[in-house]
Parts: sequence; structure tokens; C-alpha cells
Amino acid sequence: MTNHWRDIKNADLILINGANPAEAHPIGFQWFMRAKLDPQRGPGNGGGAKIIHADPRFSRTSAVSDLYLRIRTGTDVAYFGGLINYVLQHDLHHAEYVKHYTNAPLLINKDFNFKDGLFSGYDAATRFYNVTSWGYDLDGSGSPKRDDSLQNPRCVFQLIKKHYERYTPEMVSAITGIPQADFLKVAEMVGEMGRADKVMTIVYAVGLTHHTTGGQLIRSGAVLQLLLGNIGRPGGGMNAERGHANIQGNTDNALSWEILPGYLKTPAPGQKNIDDYVRHSASKKLGEFSWNFFGTNYKKFTVSLLKSWYGNAATKQNDFAFDYLPKIAENASWLTIFDRAMKGQMEGLMLEGMTATSIGPDVSQILEGLSKLKWLVVLDAFPTTSSEFWHAPGMDPAAVQTEVFLLPATHWIEKDGAFTNSGRWVQWKDQVLPPQGEARHDHWIFADLFQRLKLLYQQHGGKFPDPLMHLTMDYANPLRPELDELAQEMNGKDLKSGKRLATFVKLQDDGSTAAGNWLYTGMYPEKGNLAKRRDGVQDIAKNDPTGMGFFPNWAWSWPLNRRVMYNRASADLEGRPWDPKRAGIKWTGEKWVGDVPDYPSKMNPKDPKAWAPFIMNGEGVARLFSNSMSDGPIPEHYEPMESPVKNPLHPDVSSSPVAFLYDKHAGRPDRFGTPDEYPIVATTYRLTEHEHYLTQQVRKLVELQPEPFVELPEGLAQEKGLQTGDMVRVRSKRGKIEVRALVSKRLGPLHVAGKNVWQVGIPIHWGFVGVAAEMYPEKAQHWLVNALTPFVGDANSRTPEFKAFLVQVEKV
Amino acid sequence: MATVSRRDFLKLTAIGAGAIGVSELGFDMAHAYEVRQQLRIAGATESHSICPYCAVGCSLIAYTRKNADGSTALLQIEGDPDSPVNEGRLCPKGATAMELANSNRRVEQPKYRAPGASDWQTVSWDFVLDKVAQHIKDSRDRTFVTKDHDGKVVNRCDGIAFAGGAAFSNEEGYFASKVLRSLGLVYLEQQARV
Ligand code: SF4
Repeated sequence: MTNHWRDIKNADLILINGANPAEAHPIGFQWFMRAKLDPQRGPGNGGGAKIIHADPRFSRTSAVSDLYLRIRTGTDVAYFGGLINYVLQHDLHHAEYVKHYTNAPLLINKDFNFKDGLFSGYDAATRFYNVTSWGYDLDGSGSPKRDDSLQNPRCVFQLIKKHYERYTPEMVSAITGIPQADFLKVAEMVGEMGRADKVMTIVYAVGLTHHTTGGQLIRSGAVLQLLLGNIGRPGGGMNAERGHANIQGNTDNALSWEILPGYLKTPAPGQKNIDDYVRHSASKKLGEFSWNFFGTNYKKFTVSLLKSWYGNAATKQNDFAFDYLPKIAENASWLTIFDRAMKGQMEGLMLEGMTATSIGPDVSQILEGLSKLKWLVVLDAFPTTSSEFWHAPGMDPAAVQTEVFLLPATHWIEKDGAFTNSGRWVQWKDQVLPPQGEARHDHWIFADLFQRLKLLYQQHGGKFPDPLMHLTMDYANPLRPELDELAQEMNGKDLKSGKRLATFVKLQDDGSTAAGNWLYTGMYPEKGNLAKRRDGVQDIAKNDPTGMGFFPNWAWSWPLNRRVMYNRASADLEGRPWDPKRAGIKWTGEKWVGDVPDYPSKMNPKDPKAWAPFIMNGEGVARLFSNSMSDGPIPEHYEPMESPVKNPLHPDVSSSPVAFLYDKHAGRPDRFGTPDEYPIVATTYRLTEHEHYLTQQVRKLVELQPEPFVELPEGLAQEKGLQTGDMVRVRSKRGKIEVRALVSKRLGPLHVAGKNVWQVGIPIHWGFVGVAAEMYPEKAQHWLVNALTPFVGDANSRTPEFKAFLVQVEKV
Repeated sequence: MATVSRRDFLKLTAIGAGAIGVSELGFDMAHAYEVRQQLRIAGATESHSICPYCAVGCSLIAYTRKNADGSTALLQIEGDPDSPVNEGRLCPKGATAMELANSNRRVEQPKYRAPGASDWQTVSWDFVLDKVAQHIKDSRDRTFVTKDHDGKVVNRCDGIAFAGGAAFSNEEGYFASKVLRSLGLVYLEQQARV
């Protein structure tokens, strides 16, 4: 989230796409309701807000929304694109914000173009874009050329305007299935949000990310928000609701192939030293008013990370042990891991609190991958569908040669440490209970394994043992590091004085500082662990002095306890809040006050040399047009890989031309279904009573939602002769499930591209392990929803397309 | 951690008294409620936790008591009324967190399944840690690439993958990230993408 949960109460208008917060994030949803209902505040001030929910399925979120739009899954780019078009055609954008805070005036390379669904630079043979032509048109000094009148046809503003001209209400309706009249009602409401005294938030979840166009689905919302001047403001932003307790925190810590802690890029082959790495990875300063804070400090953060990991073995002479960092040339994400496993290229896999067999996609391929491993280690508090895959119903254990280890791990209440929530609030928790049975903490298991490995390398030698030999383990007990010690290591310190730092601004690139994760520098300064702070709503007047819900002394949020990111953009050029009733920060004449400023705290905005507001970007402004995406600089609607219709915008380039087709690359047979065989659109969803697959171990929750089902619209059920409670088989090209039918009015017919289309929805939570599976053992083998989903990924992130695929439905 | 100050308890009884009062049966329900609460969490240790499920990040208060045999009894988990995130509220998942915490369905000992075997064996920690360490070393040594085809230094392990961490504390995730990268692992993933 750019903002945070409580901040949603500050909005005038809330757009919810690809999410169902009333059911999936129920307690977060109280802030949506406060925006709407809080009688003490009133319109424009945290009360009287309107909610618009666009979703394939009418849910409890829709029930309390002011407008519900039944949208075809995976078509939100068309919806946001239509809104962008409406705003620009009616001159409803926030003109001052757009001109000064976004790249709207900057000119783009003259070779850039977009034609028949393809951007310039496309290579059909490799299904890849060369993005050179998506860059800025630079002047002699290397700064982007600009036209502050926004009239030059090569400026970003005009390119965006032209791009979205095609997204007329008719076109939006043809793609999404939303009736034009409803769409126009939304457009009118959204159109008002470009006023300085209005603010809108967009909230989304995996309903936007889990598509082959996931990155662009989100960017299309961000472009709309930037045009309306709503990024950086309380009550605004692009807000992702995340589904697991610490999915945010351990993204920050880079349990993800493409980043190092603190969102530093992983180094690539050919980068010979740190300077070379920084040159390739850090954003470059473009224009004299850009601070380029991240780019400028990239080396300091990298060297401090290496000092933290390799201590005295990281010296200026050896380039701070840069060689110890592994270099990866190609994607190494989830789908790639299982693709390699199927090819026999993966020997071992460790799964920790994550079960591949249930997650999928395309479970039969995942099972094939698991079966081809030499060894599988599952560290978990409970048995999972992965620890048990070798004797899953339908598997022959004798044929599975994978050696499997199930290591009992402690869970959340048996250890301390912090969780970072969706709003970036880092909240410390106590250890409440001792470990159950012989369970051990995950980090102690790692520490122990590490010491055993180190000994093996010392005794027997082996490949490149140097990083193991020199990895810092400066803990009181290296076999049992305390999470408190690790929190201090993440925060970092000055190596001369030994004192912990209060801000990452103090980090150096000469080896005199260490910090394991610069984003968390400041959480644990000398005065103590700020994530433990508890000044909350017990005294609102004292603990929320601005009244904006920042609660600066409740826990801590990254970066530097800032509660709303990019908040320099919440004030105008002179430092006055766009809306004084909802100030993010403001300039007093001497300093910035309010939230922790995303800007130098004493920089006078009227100084002609003052930095542009988006200090993390090389341009100093936000990107309406971006060359950092691999599937296009402007979001464009592409159909899901399996779709009932051809793309009405460009039928010859119907789905993403750069989505990564694993099966094709590997020479495996095609596993996509066609609408003739599989005419029904399916999507998956979550229920309030369950969280992913873990809650199958909690009897009370299983009692509340005991059995899996497929939700079908009444008309389709009639066609198929189905009634609620009937057993139904749902098939895709890849697999099938057999579950009960739930016939409901929450789904309904859609009219898209001249065709009537049915959508069905399937909750994801069941499998062959857990309380429900023990109650219905004969049925449970057909409960894995991801048996249906396709093994294909978004071009940017390789996120699988869990949320849009084709099926057939029949009575069992 | 702190011993219960009675602050939350008093809040509860105040609500109880307002809402229930003297019942039609003629006795003071608020008093009965108070006695029940007192029996349950009187003298208990109050600790702070966070809901283990979604990333709203609702704060929890957990009450525990040490038993005579030295074991710890978890008495109650409830929403923390002081949190600006949840203000004491919990959804059905957070509200049943106690069952997850006190589960009789846990894996309590290391288990091992040999290639082709049809059953688990219960084994010791030393057995699994030695075997897994040896596997990691063997796979790492077999699949480690110091230089790629073009002669560029890469120092990476191509044959081992790790996925997990959305249920870890930050500091555990950081530690895993550090240790795994020292081994040269690049196939690293967590729940964010899937
Ligand atoms: S109580 Fe419910 S809404 Fe709150 S964090 Fe837990 S799962 Fe999420």
C-alpha cells in the first residue's frame, strides 16, 4: 500500500477492483465503512464517501457499495483505461499536479509508436520487446526535453491521451461487460476526483495481480490516480491488500529471486564490480531538479548490506565481497522453479509455510515437478499437501523417488519478531508460548543447517566455500540467533562507534557502516525497538496529533516511520496541502510538518532549486509513461490467455504478446483450452473463514465452511440442470475438480464482444490434507482448484494467471 | 509482556454492566460475568501478538499462566483495543487464533520418507539435519556454476530452490535470505507472486 488501512477513512471515493475486502480483509474493511458512515466527519472529511465495486461476483463488499459493476475477470485495464479517457476528454485531470508532479510534459523518443496491439520494438520470434524506443527524447545535456504547454504530440500527456481515445464507453462495455450507463455513472463520480479538495483511493488484491497482464492492470489504476492527483495524499494512493501475515515483510527482505533486501536488484552476470552493478541497477538522475535519492544512494545501501553479511571479509580491496553475491541471468521465480523441476534440472526444494501442491498452477505439472526432485524439505507447523504429495490420492508412493523431510517448525505465537502489514506498519509481537513438541524455530533450523554445512566444507572442501566461511554469525549463540539480534543487524550501525543508526541517510559506501536492510534502518535506533511502540487509540487526541490517523508512536512503518508514501505530492508547489482538511505534510516557512516528509525536512519548496516531489525516481516525477515494464510503457488491454472472445481492440494480437509460455518453451504439448470446448469463464476466490490452505487445520473454521463448491449463476445452472447441493465436475484442459454446486444470483450473464458469456467462481481453500479431507476422504482428491489453472506467467513478474481461465461444467 | 493491569478487564465489565445489568432472573449478570472473567484471566500474563492470517495486521492480546509443572497455559486470545488498525476487532480467523495456537494437529517430531517408501518414519533432529545438510552440499557441489558460458563470474547454485516466508517474522526472513544467498541460491520465492 502507498497508504495504510486506517487512512482509507480519509477518502471521498473508493474504487475496489480485484478485491473483496468485506470478506477477505474484514477488519481492514471497517475503515472503508468509516469513510462512508462516520457521522462525526461528513463529506470531504472522512464521512459520506462513496464505494464502487467492480468484480465478477457480487459479494458482501458489493452489498454495501454505492455502485456494483459486474465485470469480466481480467478486463480491468479496459475499465481504468475508459476512466482515463473520460477524465482526459473532459479535462478533469488535476492540471497543476499533472504538469509538475508527473512526466506528462516530457517528450518521448520519436521512434516510439503503438499500432494494432503492438508497441514499437517487438520481436515476434522471441516474443520480446526491445524497449530502447520507449525512452525519453533527451537534450544535449542528457535531460528529457519538455513541453510545459502539454501540446507537443510527442509529450507523454498527448501520447497517453491518444492511446486511450480508443477506450470509449462502447468499447469499455464490449470488453468488460459493464453496461455503458453504469460505466458513465462511475466516470462522472471519478471525474470529480481531480479537484484539489477531493481525493479517491484505489484498492486491489490478487484479483488484479494474478493475470498475464497483472503488472499493467495495476499500472492502469496508478495512471488514473496520477492524472487525478491522488498519489501521495491521505485518502488516496494505490493500495494492495495482501493476504498473508508477513508477505510484505519478507518481500522487503528479498525472499524473492529478483531483489536483495530493500529492493536492490540482484546482480547479473557480467557486472564485474559494485560500480558496474550500480551503473546497471540504479536509476539515473534525469534533469536538474531530480534528487534521484534511491539511485544516488544505491551504492551506500549495497556496500552496507555486504558489510552486514560479510563483515571484515568485505573490504575495499575485494570490492566488499561483491563476488560472493550469486549472479542470475534469467527469471528464477515460482513457475520457473517447477518448469526446471519437470525438466529434471532441480535437485532439491525447500518449502516453508507454502504448499506447492495446493498453490499450483496446473497441479498435475507441479506434482510431476515434485516427483522429479531428488529431495524435498518441508518446514512447517502442520502437514501440508506438499509434505504428503507422494501418497496423495492417485499417487503411487513406490513410483516417487523423491526423498522427503518434514521438519516441525514453530509457528507465530511461539516466537517473537515483527510482522509488516499491508500498510507497511512493522508491528512487533511477543513470544507467547514455548515450542510445541520438538518443534524448532525456522531460523534456528537454518542456523544449525548452516553450521553443519560449514563443517562439511571445512572437512571435505567443495565448490566455492568462501561465502559460507565468511558469512557473519556474530550472535551470542550462532546456533540460536535471537530475532532481536537480527532486528538490530537489519537496522544497521556505524562500524566505528558501534552505535545503531536512526536513519539510512547516514549509510556510507566506504565500508564504515553496515545495514542488513536499509529500508528498516531507523526501526531499531539506539533508543530501542520502535516496532514495539503502543501509543494507539487509548488516547486518540494525544497519539494522533494531526487527526489523520498516522499514530506515529504506534509501532513503526518503513521508510523512516512515514505513513503515506510520496507525501510531498500531497502539497502544492509552495508547500500548501491541496486540501487543508486532509493535510499530508505542509511547509511552515521553516520546515515540513505533519507526516514524516518524503522530502528533505528543511527544503524550502519555493527555493528555485528545490527537488521535484518524487525523490525516488530518476526523473523526480511520477511516471504516466514508463519504460520499466516489459510489456509496454502504457497499459493496454489484452485478453487472458484463455478467453471466450477475441480482443475487440486488436483481434490479431488478442492476448499479451509477451506473456511467458513455459510449456511452449520447454517443448511440452500445448495445455490451453479453446472456447468451443471450454466455453465458461472461471475465476477463483477466497472466503472469510479460511486463509489459503492453513485453516484446513482449524476445526472451528472448517465447521463454518466445511466443503468446497463452485458458485454458478442461475441461468447457467438452469442450462445444465443443476441445483444447489448437486455434485458438479468442473474441467479445464489441464484437470478437473468435483465439488458441490452453489447456485446464486451473485453471478450473472455478461454480454461481451457481441457474445453472451457465463462466469463461475471457485473458492480455493480445499485439498486432500486437513480436517475436511479427513471427514470426506473419498471426495478430497478432487478438491484442488489449481488442477484447473494454467501454467503461464505475466511478462513482468511471471505471476501465474490464477484468476481467468476457461472451463466446462457438468453434473456428476 | 506485562501482568494484567485489569484495564481491559474493566472495559469489558463496564460494557457488560451497561448492556446486561440486572437480568430478569433477578441477579446481577455483570457480576457473574466479572467473576467468570476473573477466574479465567485473573493474574494471567498479558502478551502482545499479531494475527497470523491476513496482512491487515490486527493486534492480539494473549493471556497465559504458568502451570505448577512449569508448562504454559494459553487462556485467551482477543483483539487488542488499543490498536489503530483493528481497535479490538477480529474476524472469524483471528477470533479462532487460539485453536491454531493450541492445536493437537501439529507436526511434533521430524519425519522422513525414503525414496519409494510408503510410510513416514519418525526420526531425530540430528538425523534430518545431517541428511539435509549433506543433500544441500551434494546438490550444491553438483550444480554450482562459478562461470557461465561466456566466462562471466556468476557463483550461483542452479539446482536448489527455496520458497516460503510469508509466515515468518521479518527477522527470520532476513536470516533465511542471508544464509541462502551465501550458498549461492538464486531460485528464491515466496507467497507474494502466487
Ligand atoms: S483478524 Fe481477520 S482481518 Fe484481522 S488480520 Fe486476522 S485474518 Fe486479517
